Amino acid sequence: MATLYTDRINKDFIGHKALDDISINIPEGNIYGLLGPNGAGKTTLIRIITQIIMADSGVVYIDNRPITPRDIERIGYLPEERGLYKKMKVADQLLYLARLKGISRNDAVDRIRTWLKKLELDEWANKNVQDLSKGMQQKIQFISTIIANPEIIILDEPFSGFDPINADTIKDEILKLRENGATIIFSTHRMESVEELCDNIALINKSKKILEGSKVEIKNSFKSNTYYVEHKGDLVDMPKEFQLIKSEVNGEQIAKSEIMISDGTVGNDLLKYLVNSVQVVAFIEKIPTMNEIFINAVTQERHE
Amino acid sequence: MNKIGLILSREYLVRVRKKSFIIMTFIGPILFGGITIVPIWLSKEAIEERVVYIKDDSGLFKGKFKDSDNTRYVFTEANLEEAKENVDRHVTPNLLYIPAIDIDQPKGVAFFSNSNPSFSLVNDLKNVLRDVIEEIKLDRSGLDKQVIENLKVSLDISTINLREGKETESNVGVATVVGYLGAFMTYFFIFYYGTQILRGVIEEKTNRIIEVIVSSVKPFQLMMGKILGIGFVGLTQFVLWVILTAAVSSGIFYAFGITKSDPGNQINQTMDIQDAEAIAAANSKSSEMFQAILSQDYTLIVFAFAFYFLGGFFLYGSLFAAVGSAIDHESDAQQFMLPITIPLIFSIIALTAVLNEPNGSLAFWLSVIPFTSPVVMMMRIPFEVPLWELLLSMVSLLAGFIFTTWIAGRIYRIGILIYGTKVNYKTLAKWFFVKS
Repeated sequence: MATLYTDRINKDFIGHKALDDISINIPEGNIYGLLGPNGAGKTTLIRIITQIIMADSGVVYIDNRPITPRDIERIGYLPEERGLYKKMKVADQLLYLARLKGISRNDAVDRIRTWLKKLELDEWANKNVQDLSKGMQQKIQFISTIIANPEIIILDEPFSGFDPINADTIKDEILKLRENGATIIFSTHRMESVEELCDNIALINKSKKILEGSKVEIKNSFKSNTYYVEHKGDLVDMPKEFQLIKSEVNGEQIAKSEIMISDGTVGNDLLKYLVNSVQVVAFIEKIPTMNEIFINAVTQERHE
Repeated sequence: MNKIGLILSREYLVRVRKKSFIIMTFIGPILFGGITIVPIWLSKEAIEERVVYIKDDSGLFKGKFKDSDNTRYVFTEANLEEAKENVDRHVTPNLLYIPAIDIDQPKGVAFFSNSNPSFSLVNDLKNVLRDVIEEIKLDRSGLDKQVIENLKVSLDISTINLREGKETESNVGVATVVGYLGAFMTYFFIFYYGTQILRGVIEEKTNRIIEVIVSSVKPFQLMMGKILGIGFVGLTQFVLWVILTAAVSSGIFYAFGITKSDPGNQINQTMDIQDAEAIAAANSKSSEMFQAILSQDYTLIVFAFAFYFLGGFFLYGSLFAAVGSAIDHESDAQQFMLPITIPLIFSIIALTAVLNEPNGSLAFWLSVIPFTSPVVMMMRIPFEVPLWELLLSMVSLLAGFIFTTWIAGRIYRIGILIYGTKVNYKTLAKWFFVKS
């Protein structure tokens, strides 16, 4: 189990500010989504956490103390731009990468066998990487990231290049890793996977952190008190605390409406009113999707 | 350090298992063996006895051609047309035709053969003809033969090296050949294996495996592991070549019945090619030559090669690694490779000047400056270099590669993570000064 947080990280690339005072807090045993548009600085932040590059100022803390080069062996990193030695055998390659992480040869051999079996790649162990399909190579890459049982796993766009079945397999493995206590940082701009997997998120835009917190809280804070209602019958002369935003009727005469309630009223008030006026088919509170929050936050920044 | 070892062994094993390495390992000695053996084999061929028929219309040369070990001269009375036909029908393969010549203007001498005559045979014939004609002319001039004999000088300088208290007979020819061989081998190895570093670094960059690796090890460790690993591949190749070349050469020597116990024979033939004049040399002189070949300190040469190859390879190899880290494709390498390799190429060009004066000041400075010393020192060693110069040169090479490795490491750590930027010398300098 490991906790990780960064304190006011700054990084300047020759004339361009890549990270501006970034402080994020990653609770242990969490899946933490690092979100942001392309070029926001996510990869730079990850590279600083993995000690590939050094921050100009600011500190990365692991277990409440500054990170040291030795901690690198506790971190597994799957970069967005991935690659393997094409002319090396699958098992040899995994062994090499595991040993670079400080795993003994015997341990590594056992784990490689287990993982290849688990991901149905055992027949390919003695094939060169270049003979494998893209999807298989991605799986090998995933194994190489976690082969050393890292306490902190950093995954940069882990699902790119996977078909839906393999993506599901990997997703299940990620969830299992969390159950086993790993802290997972997950960088992506695919919001549906954030929706499914993340416990906490941070949103980075233009080198600055603009949002951080638990996914549920953030979603709630972006609620607009709007309800989605399907109903039969017309909504006429609604009280002024309920505002009809839009309404449309489809073929079966079921109307789909969005209604915003004013402060001081709750969803039940609206439901009571509706039950008395129309035949309610569906009643759902409209919670913003991560996608909406993301687009909202980023475009708002752009306008400022 | 442990991680450098892991990287080193991967780089080493991957390359040693490659087909191209195995092929090179076997072809190299066959080539080298061939280079030393073929001339000997050729001259051995020439040793087959041949008969030269002479049709002498002038009547001046009767009895003047002396049979030698492998050539017999037979005067023929047949007329020219018949004799030529015999050549054509392989009855008499060689025919020297001497018309009735005017000794003041000897013209029309011809040599007919059904194959291309060897250079040494034609030379022999020319010498005899010239001597005879000269003699006749001298006779006519009325000078005393004794006076003429006295005028002729036979001179031969044997060079004896007095250094270190012992007299070693040195031979400039042997030293030159050994020196050139060592220098070119060093040059070739540095270039060949240096390019492998460049390729290896670019491969890791374009494969994008680099980011995975540097999340486990420091870029500098990766660079050092790679350079060391490839360096040992080169060393392995060299050692295998030495062993196999020795095996192949002695195998062929044996096959042709030339053994070390018969040095005179062996040397006689080597000299055939080296020096037409020396063909006539006596057996005693041949064994002196053999002594000269043996007098070279091959242990020192092999050790020096290992040192200067590795030193030069680390020096240039780290710079090649820096170049590889800065670019995305091998085709972009040229603009950076040229300035780096200029000193290496220059040292090859300077070899002739070094050879003129192997212990002169140019030779001294070029063998102390680390960028040229690997090639130049290999040229100088067969000419015996003072120990302090050798040590100075080695220390300076060590310092040189530590310096270039430091520079290269600073560029490499930034370069390997940067893609798609047009890199020029200014960017390289900026990377160099980035704080870590």
